Parts: sequence; C-alpha cells; structure tokens
Amino acid sequence: MNPQLSRRRFIKAVIASSVAAASTSGVHNALAQDRSRGAVERLISLNVNGQTRRVDVAPHETLAHTLRYKLGLTGTKIGCNRGECGACTVIIDGITNYSCSTLTHSVRTRAVRTVEGLQAADGTLHPVQQAFIDELSPQCGFCTPGQVMSAVAFLEENASPTREEARQAMAGNLCRCGAYDHYLNGIMRASGQNS
Amino acid sequence: MSDYTLLGKDFTPPDVTGKVTGKAKYAEDFKVDGMVYARMYTSPMAHGRVTRIDTSKAETMDGVIGVLTAEDIPEVEAPNAAILTNSPAYIGDPILAVAAETEQIAEDAMAAIEIEIEPLPFVTDPLDSLLEGGANAREEGNVYARSREGSGFREIKWSQEQIDEFRAGKEPTGEFVSEWGYGELEQGFADADLVFEEPFVTIGYAHMSMEPRTAMAYWENGKCYVHGSAQSQSFWIPGLARMLGVEMKDVCLISENTGGGFGSKIGAYPIAALPGYFSRKINRPVQLRVTREQEYYMGSARVGFQGWIKMGFAADGKITASDVFIVEDIGPNATGGDASSAGGAISLVYDPTAMRFRGLPVLTNTTPRGAQRGPGQNQIAAVMAPIMDKAAKQLDIDPVEIRKINSTNNDTIVYADRSPVTSAYMNEALDQGAEMFDWETRKTQPKRNGNKVRGLGIGQGYHSAGATGFDGLIRITPDGRLHVHSGIGNLGTYSYATTSRAAAEVLKVSEDSMQIHRGSTDNHLPWSSYQAGSVTIFAHTRTNYVAAMDALDKMKRIAADTMGGAPEDYDIDGQRVFLIDNPAQGMSYGAIAARAIQLGGEYSGDSYPEDIHEITQRAVQNLAGTGLVGVAKDNLHQEGVIPGLAVAFCEIELDLETGKYDILDYVGIAECGTVMHPKGLAQQMKGGAVWGFGMAKSERHVYDPQNGLPANVGYYQCGIPSYLDVPSVTRTDAVNIADPQNPFGARGIGEPAMGCSVAALQSAISDALDGHIFGRSPITPDMVVNHVMGRDQSYKPLQTNNF
Repeated sequence: MNPQLSRRRFIKAVIASSVAAASTSGVHNALAQDRSRGAVERLISLNVNGQTRRVDVAPHETLAHTLRYKLGLTGTKIGCNRGECGACTVIIDGITNYSCSTLTHSVRTRAVRTVEGLQAADGTLHPVQQAFIDELSPQCGFCTPGQVMSAVAFLEENASPTREEARQAMAGNLCRCGAYDHYLNGIMRASGQNS
Repeated sequence: MSDYTLLGKDFTPPDVTGKVTGKAKYAEDFKVDGMVYARMYTSPMAHGRVTRIDTSKAETMDGVIGVLTAEDIPEVEAPNAAILTNSPAYIGDPILAVAAETEQIAEDAMAAIEIEIEPLPFVTDPLDSLLEGGANAREEGNVYARSREGSGFREIKWSQEQIDEFRAGKEPTGEFVSEWGYGELEQGFADADLVFEEPFVTIGYAHMSMEPRTAMAYWENGKCYVHGSAQSQSFWIPGLARMLGVEMKDVCLISENTGGGFGSKIGAYPIAALPGYFSRKINRPVQLRVTREQEYYMGSARVGFQGWIKMGFAADGKITASDVFIVEDIGPNATGGDASSAGGAISLVYDPTAMRFRGLPVLTNTTPRGAQRGPGQNQIAAVMAPIMDKAAKQLDIDPVEIRKINSTNNDTIVYADRSPVTSAYMNEALDQGAEMFDWETRKTQPKRNGNKVRGLGIGQGYHSAGATGFDGLIRITPDGRLHVHSGIGNLGTYSYATTSRAAAEVLKVSEDSMQIHRGSTDNHLPWSSYQAGSVTIFAHTRTNYVAAMDALDKMKRIAADTMGGAPEDYDIDGQRVFLIDNPAQGMSYGAIAARAIQLGGEYSGDSYPEDIHEITQRAVQNLAGTGLVGVAKDNLHQEGVIPGLAVAFCEIELDLETGKYDILDYVGIAECGTVMHPKGLAQQMKGGAVWGFGMAKSERHVYDPQNGLPANVGYYQCGIPSYLDVPSVTRTDAVNIADPQNPFGARGIGEPAMGCSVAALQSAISDALDGHIFGRSPITPDMVVNHVMGRDQSYKPLQTNNF
C-alpha cells in the first residue's frame, strides 16, 4: 500500500468528498466550469499510461471505476471492490495501489499506469508479461492484470529479488486458482534468474 | 515423455497473451448500446413468504426502466432455485430486480419499494433441524431426497437421545434416506483385529471464483444473446433455453473467459437467465453484476458433512469393513449428492472388503450449495487420512505401506455395483511420491524443537475423471488449415486447447496451421461436456480423436476417388495425403478440402451422422460447404470407472503456543494416465494443492444462528489462501502410464489434485499432535491451542456452520 495513499488518507478523502457531494446535490447536472462555490471540480485531467485523459469524475468515484467505465481500460479488474484481492492493482507514481480503494480525485497530479500501458509501442510485451506467458502463470486470468502490475512495480524496486522476497511482495494479490507458484516462477524469470 | 508431436509437450495457449495484457474479456467487460443495469432486491430473512410488494413509487422514478418480480417468471417447484421468488429460503435469495440507467438509480429505486415478508422458522445447522421440534428449512419439509425412483420432500426428526448419541461419536440410530453397500459388513468387522469409530465434520464454504458473476442479455431477431461466466459454452444452452422458455437455437452464449468456476458454473445458474427475462420485458439490453459480497450470500458453496465412520482393519493392515453415515448439508435448494460420492471414494481409494454407506440430506437456510472441486470425494479425503494414520500407528505399519496395502489397482472393483476401473496405479504414485519426498529419511528425523513440532502427512485424492458421448467437430479449409470447434469453456485449465491438439496430432497438422473456434456458441460449437468433474481431458481428446478420424477417412476416400486406388493405399504427413507406394503423388490438405466442397454430402457437412446432438447438427449445418468436415459422436468403447488419482506428501511445522502451522514442503503426484500438457498439469496439481490447504486450514462458513446471517462475507474472513499461506515452491510430478480407454492414454486430474492436498495436511497436523484426530475441517489455530492446553473446543461436537 502506498504510504502516501494510506487507508487514513482514503477515509479522509471520502469524508471530504461526501461533504462536497452533499453540497452539490442540488446542482447535480451543473457543468464543471460553472460550479457553485464549494462544489468539487468534476472535469479533471488524469495522466494514465503517459497520456492525458480528460474525464468527468464524481467526487466519490474510485479509480477502478473511472478506468473501467469512463476510460475503457477494462484490463483492471474488480474482484472484491474492498481492497482485499488486488485484481484492481495499478501503479501510481511507481507504487502499487488498489484502484478500487483509491479515489480518482486523489490521483489528479500523479502518473497512473495500468496493465494496458506495459506493452512497448511496437507491441513487445513487458518482460513480466512475457515471463508470465513462458511460465504459464495465469489460470483463469482474472487476477492476472493485478499480479502483473504488482510484479512490475516490485521488480522496478528490486531487480534481482529472492523468491522469498517476491512472495512477500506479492502477498497483496490473491489468486483463487492457486497459481502462486507459477507467478513466482514468472517473476524470477522476468528478473533474469532461474525460477 | 510421450512419442507424440504435440501431445505431452508444453505450448503457449492462444488465450494466455490476452490474460497478461488485460485484453482478455470477461462477462462484465462487454457493453452494448442502450444497455441498462439491473440490481436485485434479495431476501433479508433466512426464510419467509413475501406477502406484499408495491413498486409503484420506484417505477416512476427518473432513470428507472422497469421492475421484474417472480410474477414475471415461470414458477419453479421447490426446492429448486428460482430466478426470483416469493418464498425466500436464505438471506440473499433474489426476490425482485430493478433495471435503471445506472446501478445507483436502481439501488435508490429499491429503497422506494415497499415489501412485506412474513418470517418463517429457519435453521443453519442440519442437526438443529433433525432434532424433534427443530425448524424445517422449507415449509414442505427438512429433508429432500433425490433418487432414480423419485425425488421428494420428507420430514425426518430424531429424538434428543439420538442426536446426543450422534454428537457423542456413536453410531447414528435415526432415520436416513439412502443406503448402499457391498460385501458382508458384519463379517468384515468380525474378521478385523482393529475396529474403531470416528465422528467427523467438514464445514461448507464458498467457491470464491475471482470473477464476481455477471450476466448481460439482449434480444436480436428473436434470439437471446447472453454474456455469461460459464464453465462450458455448449453445456449451458439446454439450461438457458429452458429457463428462458425458448428453443436451444434461439439462445447464444458468449463466454470467452471465465474467472474461475470450480463447479459453481457447470450449468446455467438462475441469475444468468435474469437479464434475458428482463431484456424481453423492457426491450433494452440488461446487465446484472453480482458484487463480491452478494456472492457469499447467494452461493454457491461446498456441501458440509456431519458424519460417523466405523473402520475395521486386519492385523496386516487390510481394511475388512467400512461403515459410514453422513448427514449432508444441502442448503436451501437441495443441491448435493456429495455424501454418496464420498462413499464411492472410500470404496475406490481404500478398497474395503465390505462397506456400507448411509446418507441423510438435510436442508438448511444457508447459501445454496453446488458442486465444488471434488464434491464429496475431497471432504472424505480430509476425513480418511488421519484415520489411516491412526490404524497404521496401532498396527505398527508404515503409513505409506498401509495405504499401499489398501490401494486401488487395475484389478480393483469399486462401488456398490462392483465396477471395474479403466486403469489405476495408486501404488506407483505412492512409491514415486515417497521417493521424491524422501519419506524414509524424513520419518526418522526428530519431531520436536522447543515449541515447534514437525508433522508428516500423506494424502490420497480421487475423482472419476472422464465422460463419453459428446461430439467432436473439425474442419479443413481450402487454405489447408485445421479448424477445431470446441464448446468447452475457458476456465484457465487450458484443456480446451490441449484437447484440440488431439485432432492436430491425428492429422499431423502443425501448431501454426491449427485454429481453435470457441468463446461464443455462434462460432458453431459442437455439443461438449460441462468442463467439470475432471472429465475434459479424457472426454475431449476422445471427441477430437473421433472427429479427426472421420476427417482422415474422408480425406483418404477423396484422394482415392481423385487419384485412383483404394483409401487404404493412402497415408498422411506434412499436411498432404499421398500414395504409400509413391509419396510424390498426393494432394495437399487444401486441395482435399476444395475437393470436399465440390463433392458435398458428408464430405463438406451437407449431411452428417444421425447420432450427433442437436447442437452439433446445427453447427454442422452452418459450416456446411466451407471445407472438409470431420464430425462424430464419441462412441468409442468405454466401460468401468475412469479414475483420476493423486497422492501428496507434506511436512509442516506447527507452533504449539500459537496453533499456527507452516507448510515446509509439499510433493504432489498425479496419476492421470499419459500426461497431455506438462505445464497445465503442474498448474492443476499446484492450484489443487492451494485449494486443499484452504480447506484444511481456514475456509468455512460461519452463520449467526439467531438471525441466519452469513457472518463472513469477504475473502479474508472466509480464509482464502494467499501467497503467504502456501509454500514458496510446490513440487509435482506424474506417474504417466497410459489408460487403455483413451486413444492417447489420458485421464483427468483437477479434483484429485485438491483431495490429496487436504488429506496430506490433515494427516500432517494429526502426526504433529501425536495422532490426535480433530475429525473436522478446517483445523484452525484456536482448535490446536485448545487441544494442546487440554481445553474444551469452542464448538459443541458435530456443530457446523458456526464455532
């Protein structure tokens, strides 16, 4: 969990947003530019996968919601919507976050990376993606984008981890198929080590 | 490994890239123009009768499109699950649904609906329902027996004394509804040198597939298109059509990727049909998303057991008699059958000389049950492992040896009807596992180190692992490519791809020249299995074999017709049909396909065998004229039980102060015939191991018995294993001996892969605690601490769905 986006911060943001939402309830359809005093700005710019995306975001909206339903980035999955499973993991300023538990308004000034942003322009897969294919890491695949994002962020921080370090780092991503062993194989392969 | 070109080799399944890039689409990722969102109002009561619904205020709200109630849907006879009901039988039973422009509006509208429900008595523990004066989960009764002779409700009550005796671990004397057996049971116990009885409980728990279920539907030209999360594409069609009240040809299921099933998505479940009904009523596409929390209320979940078993062993370790009685928690919809399967597993895995099974399926007002990975077989695997260890200890026999003495082999006959097995090599699996685990060395090593104590465990898993009678459908097109049509789903086992390669193997087609068609029933898919019960590898290597053999026969006949000679003068290789005596004279597959189209008839699918399923017939009709068509029903010889077997060895370190334990090492050996896909098999064995750890360690339902509320409705509360609950490395291998009743020697493995694991861990915990048998799964740390401290457990004997 990003210490800058801690649970406490999330809760505080929710409270603030609720106040804002309550204050705008009478002007629900007002455009962002003629918002009344005290109302939260709704039309914001997000930096997602290196691109600036303009999007209308409700005050209480989570990043997972915005990515999936406003920006069409459905690679980010919602498995529990309560910060338990990690299927919605994205990277914000280099650090993994559960996007289901991150308010979109809180990442306005940050760089968001999703699974769709990993492939090179020529289509070359990220080494983690390629290693996950080579090790047949996914089973059903629903948790896989989250596993990929956690592994990418982890290897950016620790390029040559031990298997045990990888296991600890990945502990926030659940997989009901139980493909943990093969994901760890993938991470070790992506780091250039034997699995 | 195998001599095959494709089978037995690792490969990259075509769908795996989409899974790592996020491009793979699951049911909820599909949207269509004009789509609206449905939300369900579900029962807040564990059992009740809806007496009044007033939706008038909700229906006039801005953004609300419509309301669907049980009145809009054909009634379903209890105890079967209804799409919507006015007789809710558990908290979470869907009563009505609202469709709106947004989910938020739908939720707001539901708050404006007036609904009155008359509460009825309810029950969350089967024994509370069995007790005289106890509540019935349904107004019609508390027991529902399904049998070939007829199914129906019963009311069965036991006296307080009978319940007390059962709880005390004595043989149940109350009424039961099913019984089977073989051999002379009394004689078996008389012949035994060691006889003991054990009570047991296995608590049910949720499937917890990572993808919460979504269904979206719309109608186009009178046909209902359903986007769903399914274990099989073809197998869903009859159920979907029945629920929607249309013919099978008027339903299309799109299910490209399924985020886990584990038995919960075998057939079309009621909420998959809800959007279709709603869409027909309001004439808009409707999407229904089930939240993670709702998944725990609505199920499905594993069946729970409360049971008693009596075992008799001869001095040499042979099991002379086994007598088992199981009260089965079948939830509100009478979805079970696990108990009898558990009896079958005792017969097959331990081969007692005589045995008896008695069962009593009891309804509860808990989440609906359904098949879950090794339904019955895996619960009893957990129960039996410590019992085998206890006998080994008392008879001074090595725990591996006592399992070998009783193991199934090619000559074993099983079940009440004394069926043969197609093949079985349990001894070989045990030997291979013992060697890989270094059992002989480890068993002599010291166990105790301060507060930590080591435990060694052995587990055996079984599930029948094959099915027959499904159809294969392939094509060769004029560009020379092989097209394999597969109606089995995509759960992540990759067996749709593995089994498709069987057709390419027969026809000697390269991987690059093969294309698999799947994902939507509009892709002309044949009648395929349910992709459950570990059947797929056996069933669909056979279907693709028979379809490929049909194509091969047709290709040779076309070659003979075109170039002269007889069909048997021809052979194939390099995607050519050629004269054996003069290989230079031949035709490419492309040319053969073009000729097939010219010839028409059976060659190009204009006619087809009469015995193929209606679904396959329609697929062939739609493909006719596009190439050479190979299509056939799997009528290959099959007799006897097709066993999937697995064994596991594990070592744990248990902390006597905290009751927690770590799994230090795990070895799993598959006995599933010839290995078809090594990496896929390793995935199943390792994933199955994780499932077994969850069942043994932490997964269970907890209900508030006062209100009938599920108390654990999140992943962590429900004990799903994480990276930190499993060893960093799990080691697996396979016996790899061909089964004679599959053209490639293969059988399935998905469920035994879990059964051996839960059994091995239960066995290891017992070993660490000097042979203590909890007779319960899961075994949680507080149970271990209570035992070590000599304190009473927090649950009363045989209590379930609570602690």
